[in-house]
Amino acid sequence: MEIPGNSEEPRLTAREAGLVACRACARVWTPDHDRCERCGARLQSRDTGSLQRVWAWWVAGLTCYIPANLYPMLVTDTLMQETSSTIVGGAVEIASHGAYGIAAIILIASVLIPIGKFLAIAFLAISARRGSHVAPQKRQHLYEVVEFIGRWSMIDVFVVAILSALVQLSSVASIQPGPAALTFALSVVFTMLSAQSFDSRLIWDTARRNRRDRTT
Amino acid sequence: MPDTQHIHSAFGRPLEDLIACPSCDALYVARMPETGGRAVCDRCHTVLIAPKRKAGLRIIALTLAVLILVVSAMFFPFLDIHRLGLGNSASILDAATAFSSGPMAALGLGTAAMIVIVPLIRMLLILYVLTPIVFDRQPFAQARRAFRWSQELKPWAMAEIFAIGCAVALVKVADLAQIGFGPAFWMFSVLVVIVLFNDNYLCTWSVWKSLETPKNRG
Ligand SMILES: [Zn+2]
Ligand SMILES: [Zn+2]
Repeated sequence: MEIPGNSEEPRLTAREAGLVACRACARVWTPDHDRCERCGARLQSRDTGSLQRVWAWWVAGLTCYIPANLYPMLVTDTLMQETSSTIVGGAVEIASHGAYGIAAIILIASVLIPIGKFLAIAFLAISARRGSHVAPQKRQHLYEVVEFIGRWSMIDVFVVAILSALVQLSSVASIQPGPAALTFALSVVFTMLSAQSFDSRLIWDTARRNRRDRTT
Repeated sequence: MPDTQHIHSAFGRPLEDLIACPSCDALYVARMPETGGRAVCDRCHTVLIAPKRKAGLRIIALTLAVLILVVSAMFFPFLDIHRLGLGNSASILDAATAFSSGPMAALGLGTAAMIVIVPLIRMLLILYVLTPIVFDRQPFAQARRAFRWSQELKPWAMAEIFAIGCAVALVKVADLAQIGFGPAFWMFSVLVVIVLFNDNYLCTWSVWKSLETPKNRG
């Protein structure tokens, strides 16, 4: 990569150069373009509606996450009994059988990570507007982690799908999906959309604006 | 704040030679790194260009392999289960259609889309875009739109997550019944590995460069 200019100086951005960059294919255009001629993506120097969309999906995701924890995820019928378990209830039950490791994995994947994602996105959206003491590199990294982990939360829904298709042994044992499977899936999808709506270039803009304010 | 004049004197290059980091907007003069090397944004460390040797041909071969695996995996049993003399086996389609009643049907549709339909569409789009490029032909009509769609669909193709989900499902019912792996499970395991390799080979900047026809330059 050719790096023009002194590396001590803050990097020149496409916006500061009076250009607008395509986030889909990395091509730059003069500001009179509103669609990228190379890939057809819509061009916006900064996605001004970005934060509103982030918050809208965030609220939708959180709204779906609450019932996902209150209603059963799985309904298990065996010869003896019918049990329905919520996410946390299922983990507690597994722990009571002594499998603490698996219980911990379920709690981390279905409780800790989703809540962590909500907090991380909220922090990124707030700090993109107000600035933050956390270095932009760290916030960019946090954003990448959220984007990477987001889709993996879907694993819970797939497990329910696999179990419901597989465990159909007439009267001996059968498993049905509970309503929480649907709301949990929606919560994951909305959170992914919330993270995707975020324009990560805002992280770097506020960082630079803050530094300029401090030096002048 | 530098104006447009400044940028042209500093970089001295036409716009098509520049590349802007999609994550942080930093502007660079694009230069192909050596094959196997990577050009990384020095501000946010996003990988911008990463050409690989014979990448096009490899991606086409791997994508065809995945296509065959997904289609055939759909019709074979995925997992089977036994308890007290009763048995059942489930294919991927059974899993996708497990949610069948009322509002759950929407979830079934979504599941089917994420584990089979979206991955298949992505693979077909990539084949459509890359095949003419690799054989030095003119790109097919709408190839650029097809490639953009294939990139936008990427987070929604979750075949590999489904495969890991099988392992978790296994642990969950281990004390309820005995579970065995069907042929489709092994097909999907191979698929997961190929998907990871494939994404590693694809350098989007190189593809965009190849799709840029002379009439759009400058
Ligand atoms: Zn573009
Ligand atoms: Zn960058």
